[in-house]
Amino acid sequence: MARPRRASACRPRREEKRLGVHLSGEATVDQSRRDFLFIATGAAAAVAAGATVWPLIDQMNPDASTLALSSTEIDLGAVPEGQILTVKWRGKPVFVRHRTKKEIEEAQNTPLNELRDPQSDAQRVKKPEWLIVIGVCTHLGCIPLGHQGKYDGWFCPCHGSVYDTSGRIRQGPAPANLEVPEYAFLSDSKVRIG
Amino acid sequence: MSGTSTYVPKSALGKWFESRLPIIGLVHSSFVAYPTPRNLNYLWTFGAILSFMLAAQIVTGVILAMHYVPQANLAFDSVEHIMRDVNYGWLLRYLHSNGASMFFFAVYAHIFRGIYYGSYKAPREVLWILGVIIYLLMMATAFMGYVLPWGQMSFWGATVITNLFSAIPLVGKSIATWLWGGYAVGDPTLNRFFSLHYLLPFMIAGVVVLHVWALHVVGQNNPDGVEVKNVARDTVAFTPYATLKDVFGLAVFLIVYAWFVFYIPNYLGDADNYIKANPLQTPARIVPEWYLLPFYAILRAIPNKLLGVIALFSAIALLAFLPWLDTSPVRSAKYRPVFRVFFWAFVAVCLGLGWLGSQEITDAYVLAARILAICYFAFFLVVLPLLGLLETTRPLPPSIADAVLARTKGGSANVAVGPAEKSAV
Repeated sequence: MARPRRASACRPRREEKRLGVHLSGEATVDQSRRDFLFIATGAAAAVAAGATVWPLIDQMNPDASTLALSSTEIDLGAVPEGQILTVKWRGKPVFVRHRTKKEIEEAQNTPLNELRDPQSDAQRVKKPEWLIVIGVCTHLGCIPLGHQGKYDGWFCPCHGSVYDTSGRIRQGPAPANLEVPEYAFLSDSKVRIG
Repeated sequence: MSGTSTYVPKSALGKWFESRLPIIGLVHSSFVAYPTPRNLNYLWTFGAILSFMLAAQIVTGVILAMHYVPQANLAFDSVEHIMRDVNYGWLLRYLHSNGASMFFFAVYAHIFRGIYYGSYKAPREVLWILGVIIYLLMMATAFMGYVLPWGQMSFWGATVITNLFSAIPLVGKSIATWLWGGYAVGDPTLNRFFSLHYLLPFMIAGVVVLHVWALHVVGQNNPDGVEVKNVARDTVAFTPYATLKDVFGLAVFLIVYAWFVFYIPNYLGDADNYIKANPLQTPARIVPEWYLLPFYAILRAIPNKLLGVIALFSAIALLAFLPWLDTSPVRSAKYRPVFRVFFWAFVAVCLGLGWLGSQEITDAYVLAARILAICYFAFFLVVLPLLGLLETTRPLPPSIADAVLARTKGGSANVAVGPAEKSAV
């Protein structure tokens, strides 16, 4: 850039002193100050971009109306021994199984080293006669069929996973036991899920 | 899109416009004057057929969206409303649903053609990878579209596929919930799938533009797999030669398409999808649409959830690495006798996996699926890298013109072929 030179040769130096920077000579620019400004601007821009994008992503998570439907109450009196009641909770089926003596024994007497996802039966139930699990196969989300499969628990028709009478995975591709939802007995014949 | 542009606007208005936006010249150089290898066979018409199918799917899809309701309680009924009440609704829906199948049929012909003639080899790697991206977008679009009628197979197909993401360690469950917008597939899922199903075809169209652009930079491959050396001898103009061949190929293709639409419109579909989605009952057998079956068979063949999902995705991802996995310098299978055998074996493996994917799970079928899955991966990871080093290939013709003239026997390789004589060969 061809700028006309100032008349006085010493004037720029005086100006430099006043501004605290060197406009000529070896140390022309304070590089660390530039780096700081560059990084600070970049960081602020990244935070702003993240804050802008987050609402666009988070809108896909479950909304308030979905979250509001998060608990349900069940009357256990309607479930005779040996039967499985299926109720809908959070859009998914929950199996409430009134287990027979034989089924309870089978579940309790299984050695833990035979299990893929080791859990004792006592860890999975609050009262031995009531098994409450989410009826969604832990493989790819199908609904297993009750009283079927080698272990008399559940059998998933989609990809062949087999669960026992405690809802534990025994065979097939599923990696984990049927999930136990959060629940509480309100009385002997009433249970709240969620 | 490069090419030899010979376009000269004749009218004053044409000249005025062309000097401001040379779009007519671009189209002319890309689709009229563009030199195409003179030995292209009918397998090369699938590019044009695929372009037509994309346009057809967008047109029928935009119309269907005028009558469809993406709401879990209404979606199924709105599809029946389209079938029964909307004028020609049955036709538009059958065109769209069978169109998806025809689209995939054409893309598989296109992909296998590319593998057979080595179309992915240098300098066409980027062109090939853009094609793989289009294929991925097509699968995503088709999957979401299949969910929209909200039948049993729609619902449970969506459940199985979205649960694939739950296999990811640590964040998998959160990702699945995020995809669903709830704790399971439901109304929010249907809504967003509709939105994305409408969006993705336009993204496909965008990548198609890049695909055609890349094609026109590097030029088309051809059945002999040798590069064009002399434009006058080795090529003919896109119009009329390739254009008319494409139109004829498309016409034959449309006969098959129409036969499906008018005579067996539900042949490729699943009867269970005419039952409204029921979140509390899984159908006895979940099968994806036929074009996804080989990958589904690979998923089911592996007894571990995470590894099964990894195998499924890597079976598709491997395609993108094909240019570097195939070490042979010779492109066309015409000159690779051993590769040709393995190619057809690979086609048979894919068909076998597809058939197994449609069957119920028994021990024998799982074993068969495992063997074929190993063969599938071996083709990419063992056969292709080794074959390039071990195979004795047949001698390549010196040029495309030589290859063509050698086939007609009477001709001599030295005959100069001018534009006027091209049609005589």
